[in-house]
Amino acid sequence: MKRESLLAALGALALVVCAWAVPWLKFVLTIALAKGIAVLGILLLLRAGQVSFGHSMFLALGAYTMAFLAPMEDEVLLLLPAAALIAAGFGLVIGLFLVRYRDIFFGMLNLAFAMVLYSLLEKLYAITKGTDGIRVAALSFAGTEPERGTQEWIVFGIALGLAILFGLLVRFYLASPMGRALAGIKTRETRLEFMGVPARRVLLFAYVLSALMGGVGGALVAMTTRHVTPQIAYWTASGELVFIAILGGAGSALGPFLGATAFELVRVYAAAAVADAWQMILGGVLLVVILFAPGGVWGLLSRRWRA
Amino acid sequence: MSQVLLSAKGLRLAFGGVKAADGIDLDVRHGEFLAIIGPNGAGKTTFINMTTGYLRPQAGRIEFDGKPILGLSPRAIVRRGIGRSFQLPQLFSEHTVLENAALAIAARRGIWSPFTPLLRPRWRDEAMDLLDRFGLRAVAESRADALNEGARKLADIAMAVALEPSLLLMDEPTSGVAAAEKMVIVETLVRVLRSTGVTAVFVEHDMDVVARFADRVAVWSQGRIAALGPPGEVLADPKVRREVIGIAANA
Ligand SMILES: Nc1ncnc2c1ncn2[C@@H]1O[C@H](COP(=O)(O)OP(=O)(O)OP(=O)(O)O)[C@@H](O)[C@H]1O
Ligand SMILES: [Mg+2]
Repeated sequence: MKRESLLAALGALALVVCAWAVPWLKFVLTIALAKGIAVLGILLLLRAGQVSFGHSMFLALGAYTMAFLAPMEDEVLLLLPAAALIAAGFGLVIGLFLVRYRDIFFGMLNLAFAMVLYSLLEKLYAITKGTDGIRVAALSFAGTEPERGTQEWIVFGIALGLAILFGLLVRFYLASPMGRALAGIKTRETRLEFMGVPARRVLLFAYVLSALMGGVGGALVAMTTRHVTPQIAYWTASGELVFIAILGGAGSALGPFLGATAFELVRVYAAAAVADAWQMILGGVLLVVILFAPGGVWGLLSRRWRA
Repeated sequence: MSQVLLSAKGLRLAFGGVKAADGIDLDVRHGEFLAIIGPNGAGKTTFINMTTGYLRPQAGRIEFDGKPILGLSPRAIVRRGIGRSFQLPQLFSEHTVLENAALAIAARRGIWSPFTPLLRPRWRDEAMDLLDRFGLRAVAESRADALNEGARKLADIAMAVALEPSLLLMDEPTSGVAAAEKMVIVETLVRVLRSTGVTAVFVEHDMDVVARFADRVAVWSQGRIAALGPPGEVLADPKVRREVIGIAANA
């Protein structure tokens, strides 16, 4: 536990140093933090033994909320919570239906909802500008409108702060009665019922929390890229989140951030080195992780400590 | 005559052609230990499943504490005070024994706190205390799936007891347990249960256990109750000895 906090502090420091030493990495690392927050939500569901293959829908909801609302209200301190709430609200509505299902049905129903959202974003050109996407209008931060370089640092800082906040939140939640009951869904759901605990409600809470974090991740992506397209809701984007969760490891709230950073860096460097073959490299990495390090990057690190 | 806690009348349930319950009438009295015996497939587990809301009988009535409970969900029935343990222990296998116990305590005290730890000092103490009473303190930090069968059975029952039920239904608390361990387990169990004042119904194949601990015995046979009474009488009945005990002893 202590080592986990130390590693988190060191990791946060390393990110700041990297972003400062290699300016163009700041963009990549902000995206990694944003995706890490969304992947925390995947991790919650993994604890219940469930995999969502459609979580990119919540990133899309957060990102499009940002893009739609920015022209009317440019204050990030209002836009971010709005994006989070809209994603969480949507998560609650479809969650009421989804938590009745388990395993492959749960995974595929999530995928189905994400595909519907993707098509809507793509087809409703009048509202969403289709595949062209929407540019995110100028933003203000606590009333100020800093110049571009400063703004990038601010967004990076917000992403880092929220990553730490949600990381802690998830850690406390997983150790709480609700979090332990969530993990009980994976091994003995009937026992929960025979203890008088409504398993579906336990899963619903986790699902809404995961949707909220997806929305926050998506809003941060929109603030970083300043342009949102339906691509963010595409099924490959959902697969990517699951990939990152497995790469980083589900054993700790740090896993998603380790995974997301590794993923984004591999993507950037692999894309530069071998152009179109980076998916092949990612596929190879995933194979190696599943075969030799099922606990992901986090598993490798914590195994080293125990040895 | 003492007060009736659970009353079942005319329960019927058939699976295809198999009559798992074929007109079950049974009153369980407040504070008694009632043993259910009978050959495999007689419908003993089915009776527990109907009483706990897991299966719904096709006909009949069940009253608990004077109120009908038929049609309620397992969750609602648990909340009214009927706990159960399982023929195959149902533990959270990836949790420690302590966490299993603490989760059961949380289920009674309120599980909806997302930020205070499950193993907060007071619940940890209470869970440890519970495990202590069941002789499980030494394995508190082991993962539930690492326990031997006897300890698993006890942990399973401890979780049911943690809910503080007024009626506890136990499905074969000693099956699968090594013969040498059996009496120790039953003695532990009886001591804990007597101290809580819970009413207990337990399915049991071991006639020594029944003779020693049951206040009354109900003999199940093909979905019916073939005999009911104090163990001294029922177990001495030649018909019961021939048809039930003989079969159970060979099983
Ligand atoms: N869910 C079910 N579906 C179909 N048949 C069932 C079901 N549950 C029980 N049965 C059948 O009903 C009959 C009674 O089963 P039950 O499990 O109640 O017996 P039991 O007395 O508990 O036996 P044992 O001593 O083997 O545990 C058996 O023939 C069993 O195969
Ligand atoms: Mg049975």
